[in-house]
Amino acid sequence: MDEEANTITPKTIFIDGHEIPFKDGQTVMDAALAAGIYIPHLCHHPGLTPHGSCMLCTVDINNRSVSACTTPAVAGQQISNNTTALNEVRKIITQMLFIEGNHLCPSCEKTGNCTLQAMAYHLGMLDGHFPQFFPRREVDASHPTVMLDRDRCILCELCVRASREVDGKNVFAIAGRGITAHLIVNSPSGKLADSDLETGDLAAHICPVGAILIKEHGYEVPIGRRTFDLHRVGEIGLEKVMLAKTRHTDE
Amino acid sequence: MGPPNRAITVGQINSAVADACSQSKHLLHILHALQVRFLHISHQAVCEAAAQLGLPISQVESVVEFYSFLYSTPRGRYNILLSNCTSCGYKSGGENLLNMLCHRLRAVAGKTRADGLVSIDETSCIGMCDHGAALLVNGMPITRLDAGKIMRIADLVETETPLADWPAEWFRVDDNIHVTGLLLKNELAAGDGLRAMLARGIDDTLAEITHSGLRGRGGAGFGAGMKWKFCREAQGAAHYVVCNADEGEPGTFKDRVLLHSHADAVFEGMTVCAYVIGAEQGYLYLREEYRYLFPQLENVLAHRRELGLLGNNILGFSGFDFDPEFNFDIEIVVGAGAYICGEESALIESLEGKRGVPRNRPPFPVTYGYLGQPTVVNNVETFAAAAYIALRGSTWFRAAGTKESAGSKILSVSGDCAAPGIYEYPFGISIQQVLDDCGARDVQAVQIGGPSGTLIGSTEFHRKLGFEDLPTGGSFMVFGRERDLLAIIVNFAHFFAHESCGFCTPCRVGTTLLKNGLDKITSGHGTRYDLDEMQRMGMLVKRRSHCGLGQTAANPVLDGLQRFPHIFEQRLAHSNFEPSFDLDAALEEARQVTHREDAAAHLK
Repeated sequence: MDEEANTITPKTIFIDGHEIPFKDGQTVMDAALAAGIYIPHLCHHPGLTPHGSCMLCTVDINNRSVSACTTPAVAGQQISNNTTALNEVRKIITQMLFIEGNHLCPSCEKTGNCTLQAMAYHLGMLDGHFPQFFPRREVDASHPTVMLDRDRCILCELCVRASREVDGKNVFAIAGRGITAHLIVNSPSGKLADSDLETGDLAAHICPVGAILIKEHGYEVPIGRRTFDLHRVGEIGLEKVMLAKTRHTDE
Repeated sequence: MGPPNRAITVGQINSAVADACSQSKHLLHILHALQVRFLHISHQAVCEAAAQLGLPISQVESVVEFYSFLYSTPRGRYNILLSNCTSCGYKSGGENLLNMLCHRLRAVAGKTRADGLVSIDETSCIGMCDHGAALLVNGMPITRLDAGKIMRIADLVETETPLADWPAEWFRVDDNIHVTGLLLKNELAAGDGLRAMLARGIDDTLAEITHSGLRGRGGAGFGAGMKWKFCREAQGAAHYVVCNADEGEPGTFKDRVLLHSHADAVFEGMTVCAYVIGAEQGYLYLREEYRYLFPQLENVLAHRRELGLLGNNILGFSGFDFDPEFNFDIEIVVGAGAYICGEESALIESLEGKRGVPRNRPPFPVTYGYLGQPTVVNNVETFAAAAYIALRGSTWFRAAGTKESAGSKILSVSGDCAAPGIYEYPFGISIQQVLDDCGARDVQAVQIGGPSGTLIGSTEFHRKLGFEDLPTGGSFMVFGRERDLLAIIVNFAHFFAHESCGFCTPCRVGTTLLKNGLDKITSGHGTRYDLDEMQRMGMLVKRRSHCGLGQTAANPVLDGLQRFPHIFEQRLAHSNFEPSFDLDAALEEARQVTHREDAAAHLK
């Protein structure tokens, strides 16, 4: 690669026809977010290793379907992102995430702060569409300050990665296979109380849904003042706002 | 046979874990040893194995829960698994042999009998499709099952007769080779390929492989020479050769035959690859269903070491000053029941002692594979072909097959035909020719390349096998006119839902939605709306899934809807919409609790 040419003309990709620059090593998602372009995502969080599992960020490059968060940006790529067809696919994937778990928004403490719920609104989802799976999943209320409600888990592994990569621990993992895949806790009893999870850990706060909640702070932020009452899910850099909403005044 | 669960002490577990850890460094082997000893892997054993291996408890637990052949609750002293494949499955002969065995042994499928004697369950295809219905009992295959044999098996179990005293011929597995070609016609004298290779040198050997046009035989068809070249050029502390013997595609058994009767060629091909890419360690990842081949394969490896074809200073080779010796050895690692591990990056994860979840690519295994080092993963048949190419050269190989698809393909033919078994043809052979050769008459459809491949009807039997027309990993399932084709498609949908690793949303949820949709149709509750729904979901799963499993999982449904719409339509309810909720079925639990089965207990 010509070093000089590289500095004179920055490399670019095209998202829905908009030319945006990227640096070597950036993914399509990195470049898009840096340029202020929103690509819907649930399992992606800047700073954590890209995962590519939720598939909300599915985009088309040369008629090939890839996840934007794991695909390296390559000069000249023509990327379709915000199209009717792709947003329809994303809506269906969001519906799939809803019906495989037990998501009861009106009675969930996370409502208004939940990225899955916000994504559903963003994509114009009006119902779950598919027959509910009604899985039976275990609740773990053993920890003094953190609650684990697997009914709402969407297997995005943000907590798994946050614990490993930021907290320097290894509190969470996914076990099982297929539709029975589920979140487990790395402790002798398998219970959260016996793990080394602490309230201040990123893993305790990063959950995009209501699967991991901080105890005794429910509804401190009233409905109407919650993240997605005040923001759209498509705003760039919302992660900091969302984390602030899950940390509480006395922490 | 292990003692009953209640008698196991912590001390016994800890010493068993220590024993297992001293025997192997591979987590799957350690867990298998514990499974054999205690008939399950208890939570205590998980914690102890994690402690002794220095792994997180959650990693060991997640592995136990991922693989079909590892159990967290005790299995019977006789653990019987009947294949549910359409060719070697328990329903393939017309009768339901699983129900028969359960009834005879007063056992419930999936549950261990209360006295701990026996557990009976079904399992995905065990690669015995040329032998009629088949099962595994404590890991040993029994083939050619029928009602009579099922009754005798039940009696032997009930009397706790040791497996060694069961009729030996029940365990016989034949090669059933009917048509031989490039690879199967010739016997490779161990070492001949390596001598030719050493005489040729690294660059020219790679050139021969590249010029031969050899493409991966697993089905995807990536050029072997290209793969080896990329790996060779990749920087790394070590390079690895991995042979993918996780032959899990239903209807495929050609690797079983290659490993049974042509293992030298397979190992020799791996050694050729090692020489080219500069690897000192190779692994054969063997599917658990073929564990019975393990001792025999170990003997072949030992023999090759004796001959100086493996180990240090292979064939006393003294090459150039900068590369004085060629050192290479092969270890066999046995899987634990997961179709997804046939995907190369999932296989590598499994080899590393993790759940078999496909990695994100790039980076590809050729630069970042086993332990993060450059790795070539090739199919059993690809390595066997490489050994012959090393010996006979690229021109010999290219002379067979087509321009796009050089050489031959070994087919596993099963289903409704007179002579199921192994057929090796040059690429470019027509489907009709294969059908004629195997004695298939009045054929309704053929599943090319297994459930993940293509389902075709008689109007397409003129098509040809090859990467340019109908690519195949080798499975060739024949369905006669009498077969219920919808039942076949339902079977495949259940297979994919069971084997999805659960990583990405489209495959995890979509394969189950497809399965449920088909079940609704076969139960007579489907409508035109459900067919449209399945078409839409099938396309989404195919296009948006993370790996090859998801991208092909909807093929049987989509092919069926396109080519055989009538098999769905004739089962539809005559209305535009039927709810998926079946009120009568929902009352089943209440009926069981109240022991009611009379007409008044039903809503119909």
